[in-house]
Amino acid sequence: MTIAVQQVSFAYGEGQALKQVDFSCQPGCLNALLGPNGAGKSTLVALLSRLYDLQQGDILLDGLSIRQHPRAALRQLGVVFQQSTLDLDLSVRQNLAYHAALHGLSRREAGLRIDTELARQQLGERQHERVRALNGGHRRRVEIARALLHQPRILLLDEASVGLDQASRRALNQHVRALCDEQQLTVIWTTHLLDEILPSDPVVMLNCGRVVAQGQADALSNGTTQESLSDAFERLSRASEEPAL
Amino acid sequence: MTAAQYLNCLQGVMQREWLRFFQQRSRFLSALVRPLLWLLVFAAGFRAALGVSIIPPYSTYITYETYILPGLCCMILLFNGMQGSLSMVYDREMGSMRVLLMSPLPRPFLLLCKLLATALVSLIQVYAFLAIAWCFDIRPPLWGLLAAAPALLLAALLLSSLGLLLSNGIRQLENFAGVMNFVIFPLFFLSSALYPLWKMRESSEWLYWLCALNPFTHAVELVRFALYQQFNLTALLVCLGLWLLFSLAAVLTFNPQRAAVRG
Repeated sequence: MTIAVQQVSFAYGEGQALKQVDFSCQPGCLNALLGPNGAGKSTLVALLSRLYDLQQGDILLDGLSIRQHPRAALRQLGVVFQQSTLDLDLSVRQNLAYHAALHGLSRREAGLRIDTELARQQLGERQHERVRALNGGHRRRVEIARALLHQPRILLLDEASVGLDQASRRALNQHVRALCDEQQLTVIWTTHLLDEILPSDPVVMLNCGRVVAQGQADALSNGTTQESLSDAFERLSRASEEPAL
Repeated sequence: MTAAQYLNCLQGVMQREWLRFFQQRSRFLSALVRPLLWLLVFAAGFRAALGVSIIPPYSTYITYETYILPGLCCMILLFNGMQGSLSMVYDREMGSMRVLLMSPLPRPFLLLCKLLATALVSLIQVYAFLAIAWCFDIRPPLWGLLAAAPALLLAALLLSSLGLLLSNGIRQLENFAGVMNFVIFPLFFLSSALYPLWKMRESSEWLYWLCALNPFTHAVELVRFALYQQFNLTALLVCLGLWLLFSLAAVLTFNPQRAAVRG
């Protein structure tokens, strides 16, 4: 499924968070949205997930405007937010059942899909445990299971690896890549951690609310000099912060 | 979306509220202890000092405990409605509100589901309280308990919608204490829950009018009449009208951006 962000600007009162952001994502693979803290990544996720109303510009999912068809857009989206949104006092299964109901799934259908997703996330044995009892990595897996429950075609992960240890981060990243391959999901993975990006990943670099570069990760780092993606990111970020003369 | 999907959503929201309620036993306990203290301690002390004349819907002299019973039922609804408001603010601060907002169903419908779920949880608490009061010989007519169910539901919806409306104006969880002082206490004390309106009028004309205009007074009177299988049209119209007004205002003032985070 294609995602096209077209000339999107967004302001919190006087503060401009996004300025004429324009990019498109490649379908069926992990698209990295890279940017330092405060770059506007979470604002963009909030706009994509319809938590915020678009102020300027539009976002098209397979050519369908989310401004004009917000509910159709939400059916296609699964989101894992930076901050955990699980109900800590409910069990894993109860959290998933709640989400399924919010998407209008019947109990029977929800039950079947929950079983499938729990098995896929290897959480079957922990389904009756309260979320409070799970570690960060498992909670993230529950959130991914939840995001996939209504069988969306797009998965948004907003800094989903923040707060996880190195091993859990790597496992989560590999897990999401496997999902891309298995289900042809289009994934937007927002991060400020460069080690989560592979050379073949399509990358959009965001800084101070602007797109500073976009393209395949290895092309971005090798395009002009033999610098690493990290160097390229720093150089492009610095350049975007410098005032125009 | 089909009607069945809407129904599934309603069931899901209600189930979550029930699960949360049953897991928070202290919440259930405190919801019962508060009105029981008023009924068994406060009312016992006041029954000698305060005479209640024969006023509708009562056909004979009644004890003070009998008089304040409907008011205490509504007190449970009021506290629960405000608890619902607190839970909305908590969900917003903790991020779980975003799960609700990611549903493809219309947001007004989602808010109404939440409202109905809160109201039904309140009803369980009221009937548990009435059962305990029954054990202490404070007994409204048996059929009245059944007749009061729709009145209690409407009162619960009214007070929950007020809570929902208030939650839209509360920016942080810490501000909730203000709701106690500026909403719950004035609503409860400036009503016919503890004293009949004529008693208030004896004390002060302006106090009487404050009580007469208080929506909580109408909720109490609606329940009081229903418990005695009588119908108070004014109270019904006021409660119905205000429920619709508060619900509409809550939907219109609901700002999903508060449920999201800035990044």
